[in-house]
Amino acid sequence: MNNLNAILDILKQIRPEFNFAESKDFINEGLLDSFDIVTVVSKLEEQFGISIDGEDVTPENLKNLATLEDFIRRYLDKNES
Amino acid sequence: MRNSSINFLYENVQSNPDKICAADEHNALNFSTLFTRAYNISKVLHKKNTINQPVLVYLPKSIDSIICFAGILLSGNFYVPVDIKSPLKRTEKIIQNLVPYRIMSTHTYEDNFKALSIPYEQIIFLEDINTENNNNSMNEMIAQMRRITDQIIDTDPCYIIYTSGSTGTPKGVVIPHRGVIDYIEWAVSCLEVNVDDIIGNQAPLYFDNSTLDIYLSWATGAQLHLIPENMFLFPVKLIEYLEEKEVTFIFFVPSVLISISQMNLLSPNKLASLKKIVFAGEVMPTKHLAYWQKMLPDRVYVNLYGPTEITVDCTYFFVDRIYKPDESLPIGYPCNNSAVLILNEHNELATIGEQGELCVRGSSLALGYWNDEEKTRAVFVQNPLKKNYFDRIYRTGDVVYKNEKDQIIFVGRKDSQIKHMGYRIELDEIEHAVGSLSSVNKCCVLYNNDKKEINLFYEAEKEILSAEFRKTLATLIPEYMMPRKFYYFKRLPLNPNGKIDRKVLENEYMNKTE
Repeated sequence: MNNLNAILDILKQIRPEFNFAESKDFINEGLLDSFDIVTVVSKLEEQFGISIDGEDVTPENLKNLATLEDFIRRYLDKNES
Repeated sequence: MRNSSINFLYENVQSNPDKICAADEHNALNFSTLFTRAYNISKVLHKKNTINQPVLVYLPKSIDSIICFAGILLSGNFYVPVDIKSPLKRTEKIIQNLVPYRIMSTHTYEDNFKALSIPYEQIIFLEDINTENNNNSMNEMIAQMRRITDQIIDTDPCYIIYTSGSTGTPKGVVIPHRGVIDYIEWAVSCLEVNVDDIIGNQAPLYFDNSTLDIYLSWATGAQLHLIPENMFLFPVKLIEYLEEKEVTFIFFVPSVLISISQMNLLSPNKLASLKKIVFAGEVMPTKHLAYWQKMLPDRVYVNLYGPTEITVDCTYFFVDRIYKPDESLPIGYPCNNSAVLILNEHNELATIGEQGELCVRGSSLALGYWNDEEKTRAVFVQNPLKKNYFDRIYRTGDVVYKNEKDQIIFVGRKDSQIKHMGYRIELDEIEHAVGSLSSVNKCCVLYNNDKKEINLFYEAEKEILSAEFRKTLATLIPEYMMPRKFYYFKRLPLNPNGKIDRKVLENEYMNKTE
């Protein structure tokens, strides 16, 4: 499974009623609340074997699927280098 | 002696007219401007011989809401803030119970009022009210307003806050002026808030924790800063914001403090302006508190406790040391002019270490539940220890005990009420909402305390997609009551009495760690 699908799967598990693939802004469109964000972060850490720095949990990084994928890729790259 | 809680505002309008009173991300208002705008609202609301009427406030968290609260009190009436994000069906139940005299709102919500079939003439739209001063001097305006508010006595209502009710209908807790005056007089001296403080508000205004933020500002001249709700989604942004606004005092629910500690966002050079960290609304885990104490030493940490029915808080505890993760943080000692009785099952005073129900006496007690004598009688009762005179107590339903140091320790709830993200929720209210769906035969809602999750177990002909479930439930209950996990059963397990076996569900589905 590629990263994008894995991320989408996590989001769908948490909020099955929303179409995350189509959303441009999860926060302003009300797809995620504060409780969800904590869950998303911990599931991402689990799935990708990374440890996300609290400083990086920002609206810019969690804006939509594309920014999230970018964000995860940066972490994975950091781990490899 | 103050007769109305608006007296706090009179005092600071005179002594600190140019001081910032309320601010948000973009705006700031000083005491004299706030008072002028509240005065104009009072002029529209006040009718001769009509005082002590409920005025519903249907607005998002904003400086405007604060102005409305002041304006309503100036008109001799009392305010009832409600959540604009709540499903309309819930708001409708509140309106049916309350029968408001007027509703204060903006034209943005006109569609909602149409859907609720509220007569147009009952609504006062803020946009239609003059915001300017018509050349009245401050003293003249205060004198005019005093003629109205001097008719109020301290046992008249100040506000109503609706809390979750077990029958699916929210309960309106009626708080008198003297409850607020008593609480704020205690808070000002005990928490030592002064004119230089900047209070960072987190609590929604329909949640009674905001009472402390609002009236501390009115009583001391401190600035009330309304933090945008979105900041609480991203703790790192919240910290930046608190630093930028130089907030000195916060009264937050523990879940916000926990999310900051979970993400390890603090260091000793952070939040330099912040002096006092006060929390209440749910149990603060000592592990997370210890993180704050280690990262930000030399700050004052205060644990408050209290249900809405006794005006926000009735006990307080200044955290005196670092507590181990397995130790309970005391809820401490009764606030000034409040008394706490711990009654065991025989209605006798519990001994040291013995568990009992926390009951409260004092001026802080609510006048009861609005328009619901039966529910009022069930919990506002005669002190069983006094036979010769009228002595009313409030039975909180919270189980506590006293340790050797005379500190009160919170144990849990007697009934199905829980605290979730700072909100008080009757699990029965959620069950009632789910049970009202035609596709569901039976259901049971349980709270997973470790994961802080609401779990729904339901019996139906066939499984209901959780997406569908959430969509339908969103029209009946607010977001914070929404179950996180849905478990489908062809048949729910029953105990020998034929009731849903909650113990089995708890053991099999909630104690497993994934």
